[in-house]
Amino acid sequence: MYIIVIGAGKVGWNLARELLEKDHEVTLIESDRRRYLTVEQELEHNVSYGDASELWVLERAGIQRADMVIAVTGDDEDNILICQVAKQKYLVKQIIARVNNPRNRQHFELLDIKPSVSATDLILRLLEHEVPEYGLVHLLDLQEEQLEIIEMLLGKDSRVTGRRVGDLEMPEGSLLISVLRSGKGFVPSADTVLEEGDEILAVLDPGKEDELKRLFGPEVDGSNGSGG
Amino acid sequence: MFILIVGCGRVGSSVARAMLREGHEVSCLDEDPESHARLEVGLERSWEDLGGQFTVGAGLETEALVAAGIEKADAFIASTDGDNTNIVIAQIAQKRYEVPTVIARVLDPLRAEWYQRQGLHTVCPTSVAIDMLEGAVREADAGGPPDGAAEAA
Repeated sequence: MYIIVIGAGKVGWNLARELLEKDHEVTLIESDRRRYLTVEQELEHNVSYGDASELWVLERAGIQRADMVIAVTGDDEDNILICQVAKQKYLVKQIIARVNNPRNRQHFELLDIKPSVSATDLILRLLEHEVPEYGLVHLLDLQEEQLEIIEMLLGKDSRVTGRRVGDLEMPEGSLLISVLRSGKGFVPSADTVLEEGDEILAVLDPGKEDELKRLFGPEVDGSNGSGG
Repeated sequence: MFILIVGCGRVGSSVARAMLREGHEVSCLDEDPESHARLEVGLERSWEDLGGQFTVGAGLETEALVAAGIEKADAFIASTDGDNTNIVIAQIAQKRYEVPTVIARVLDPLRAEWYQRQGLHTVCPTSVAIDMLEGAVREADAGGPPDGAAEAA
């Protein structure tokens, strides 16, 4: 494949190197002269100097025959514009854009720049998974089917520990499908009593996370009135 | 009309003052709080006293755009110093907020032309300057050999 990578920061440089090792043809475009000279010492003719939001720079890099354009500059507007032009003007089939500020993801979606990748989002997801206190973890999102599967760890202050599964007021549109206890998973029955340290898996309609968090989460103080 | 101007540099601030003078409601959004001072150049009273609005924030921030009144804007002008920023926020104004009139300043003629063809109203000061310079040279050429003044310049 012929792949154009825009932005020779840490992400772009390493990406270009990996792609070259996988025998792809790669052009890495960098607009900062000093950075370009540094990277060029290693990647030689695979690096090109110029501002990739200038159309002629993209054309000089051969965008017309590119199979993929990956925009990983540190500037979200630049990444959006480059991908938009690549896709709509030069009809590049596959684009990938980096989102620097996760709050800008909505703009990428509005302008149909996808897939987009945000390191911050990825790390947040890992954090969700690695840090149990964080609460509810998304295991699977089936966007088309409008279903999701979540995992939740029951801490010692969870309001459902010591209760029978049959007595739980599961929100409508949610179903408890599995309990992981001491490394083993099983399908709970109505008589299963939940314990501290259990991880529960549930399938639910999108938008039910908060209700579920409230049910399985810690006892909240009366300040928000949820008890009433 | 309610006009929202994002990017309050020399161009943005001049357009803002002119529009306010013509009786429009004008709101400016700029990252730099100092650019408020530029708005008031040549004004006898403060920008706010004259009915203008000024918000500090970036054009890509939804909260800033909403605070500056994008939801009720009749016209949106993107005149920051970044071409790509202008192109992106103008499309956001067009597509997400459905502002009826959206204009983006784009210095690069190639980008300006292509986005213009995609249905974005772009204004390219560079093209205007190129036309004027070329015109001036042709005019001089048609008028015979340059006189002493032109040569000195």
